[in-house]
Amino acid sequence: MELGFGAEYDAFRQEVRDFIGQHWPPADGNLKSRENERAFVIAATERGYLHRAIPKRFGGSEQAADIGKAEIIREELTKARAPAGRIPGNGLVVPTLLEWGTEDQKDRFIAPTLRGDIVWAQGFSEPNAGSDLASLRTKAELVGDKWIINGQKIWTTHAHKATHMFCLVRTEPDAPKHAGISYLLIDIRQPGVTVRPLVQMTRQKEFNEVFFDNAETPADMLVGERGRGWNVTRSTLKHERSGISSMTWSLSMFRDLVKMAKEVERDGAPAIKDPRIREELAAIEGQLMSLTYSTYRATSHDMHDRDIGPFQTMPKLYMTELAGRISRLARDIIEDDFTDMGGARLKWIERFMISLSMSIAGGTSNIQRNIIAERGLGLPRDRSQGAGA
Amino acid sequence: MNFLLSDDQLALLTSIEDLLRDRCDSLRVHKIFDVEGEAQYDSELWAALADMGLPAIFVPEEQGGLGLGMVDLAIVAELLGAYAAPVPWLGHALAIVAIALGGSDAQKAKWLPRLAAGEILATVAFGEGKGAWLPGEWQLSAAGGLIGTKLLVPNAAEADLIVVGVAEGLALVEKGAAYSTQRIDSGDRTRPVDTVVFDGAEIELLTDGLAVRDRLIDAAAVLIAADAFGGAERCVTMSVDYARVREQYGQPVAGFQGLRYQLVEMALATEPARGLYWYAAHAWDALPEKAAHAAAQAKAHLTDTYLQVTRDTVEAHGGIGFTWEHDTHIYMKRAMLDWAWLGSPGRHRLRAADLAGW
Ligand SMILES: Cc1cc2nc3c(=O)[nH]c(=O)nc-3n(C[C@H](O)[C@H](O)[C@H](O)COP(=O)(O)OP(=O)(O)OC[C@H]3O[C@@H](n4cnc5c(N)ncnc54)[C@H](O)[C@@H]3O)c2cc1C
Repeated sequence: MELGFGAEYDAFRQEVRDFIGQHWPPADGNLKSRENERAFVIAATERGYLHRAIPKRFGGSEQAADIGKAEIIREELTKARAPAGRIPGNGLVVPTLLEWGTEDQKDRFIAPTLRGDIVWAQGFSEPNAGSDLASLRTKAELVGDKWIINGQKIWTTHAHKATHMFCLVRTEPDAPKHAGISYLLIDIRQPGVTVRPLVQMTRQKEFNEVFFDNAETPADMLVGERGRGWNVTRSTLKHERSGISSMTWSLSMFRDLVKMAKEVERDGAPAIKDPRIREELAAIEGQLMSLTYSTYRATSHDMHDRDIGPFQTMPKLYMTELAGRISRLARDIIEDDFTDMGGARLKWIERFMISLSMSIAGGTSNIQRNIIAERGLGLPRDRSQGAGA
Repeated sequence: MNFLLSDDQLALLTSIEDLLRDRCDSLRVHKIFDVEGEAQYDSELWAALADMGLPAIFVPEEQGGLGLGMVDLAIVAELLGAYAAPVPWLGHALAIVAIALGGSDAQKAKWLPRLAAGEILATVAFGEGKGAWLPGEWQLSAAGGLIGTKLLVPNAAEADLIVVGVAEGLALVEKGAAYSTQRIDSGDRTRPVDTVVFDGAEIELLTDGLAVRDRLIDAAAVLIAADAFGGAERCVTMSVDYARVREQYGQPVAGFQGLRYQLVEMALATEPARGLYWYAAHAWDALPEKAAHAAAQAKAHLTDTYLQVTRDTVEAHGGIGFTWEHDTHIYMKRAMLDWAWLGSPGRHRLRAADLAGW
């Protein structure tokens, strides 16, 4: 048993560190500048550190799959707060195009997406099709060499900043629910598309309603076969590896919480000295350690082609519940400041709310429970559901 | 990264599991568990496990052992927990750890070969009541013959040798010395425990006992955590299997969302905890600065989880789950002992907080 990566990987880590040391922070010290970030991402991609799964001709660095190296790069970039080359909009579209797209679609979209020239929004949810996504009704009709799209999407994150949408639409009205859906790429900066911001409970404007009124997209913007859009998205979702990102996110939130518990005073002493707070903090740490080391275990199993069993279905729900628990302890620590939305603890008040968005976005917690029940524990399908989830 | 069991470890697991599947099925456990009077252990099963080399795992090769480490002990503990094996392994294994770490060459040579072969049985005595389990809390003193009481000592009545935690370190007390044992009805009849009253018992201190006693406690915490994981995972599987076959309203109860979600919560509490107990065992072997904190966290988290999972397991089984004849209560009572033995989760969390430097 070995928690490190071994000598070959240690050397690789040193290389990555040296590279980052030379290129980040940028010479002018401006970490947030778009130009600096872009320059770093380009250099890191050329060096083979970013967009590793993407072929060179589409702007990636085309490296052999190596979970260990990918993990080291991720760790080192995070430590240095260097840009990780996250694809703007929803990163699912690139793997989808790589797997299902035509050569022309790959050529047209992947490189500009990596550069940030094309920004995507994910058009799945509709007012009456959320968890039961396959009941969606936005329709697209092929008229000549164009799809004509009518309907409405909702909760579309960053649609107001996006140039394009990858979208599920109904193209075969007579086919059974799951069989009538297609996956389309749509330019959303066109007259037939209206994006209307929805204000979130945190007062932020991140998601939107999107209306299609005879919007158009060329016939060849169909990804995968007509009527097979459901399969296209399902096989893309399996590429998602939420374990590692869950772990990093939860760890940094927990570190913040400990820091705050040391700063805040209660009855004349740091809150962290209060046995009730101390015990709950330790309990949360125990859960976090469980997530962390089971994620390492999962990564190791992946690297050695061994199956890890039910754990792989669990990180999203586990992290959602952990984030809720962390937010509730933060609430107990800040006490009266919990009502001061203009005060120093606003970040924690927002997190208290944002932890809820995690229980909804990307499949609600109950939908995660259905997934764990069926794919993790092998329980029979819930009869009330179709082939969904 | 290689956070995996080695091929040797997987082979060890497979051979023990084969044996347990054969010789430690539910009927067999009930046979031991259900006997009226004082709980005993399954001596045939223990002998078979000893033949396989289970007691030899941690014994250094010079003393005829396998010279393996805490990860190996822990995966054994997980399996014995999963099968609720009624064998005196825990105390014996910990006594071996104590002597292997803290004994002089003469002490090791005298005891370890026989302990490794399972010729004689050993155990450990830590708890003194009111939550006093840890070395700093031990009141018993080695000075001038051992006097005082230790509680919840595993299989003290059957043991030939007891490693007793004392203010001066760790003391060896042999059978026949001045002490008496009283079996108590702890609920967990798969792992009987005794109250031991020392009445001027003759002792021999382990040479490095003072230096290694904290490490011994960490070892105990890791092994309890591993037992708890094994039991909890077994309870999840048992409940899932039952839900698939039990029918109500004309369909398997596994189809009802309320029950499905209970099963998911049980699995979600259990499955990710495997990494925590593995880490604690690995830290004990290889990451000395992290070991105590990880052991405290593992003991707290896993035993808490196990007890809750066993409660949910009884509930998931309905009426049958509340009967003596079913296995559910055997696991629940093991979980109750795991929770309390060596100190409650709350105490270990406060210890973990201290160790984290908060
Ligand atoms: C911050 C945020 C960002 C989002 N971004 C996007 C985006 O970019 N693109 C996009 O397409 N969508 C996005 N969504 C939408 C999100 O995917 C949906 O909100 C989510 O899938 C739930 O659908 P719904 O809102 O219709 O709730 P519903 O499906 O109506 O659910 C209501 C309640 O019923 C429960 N429920 C439903 N079905 C079942 C079942 N079978 N078993 C048990 N319980 C069930 C749910 O768990 C929930 O508690 C976003 C949502 C949020 C909050």
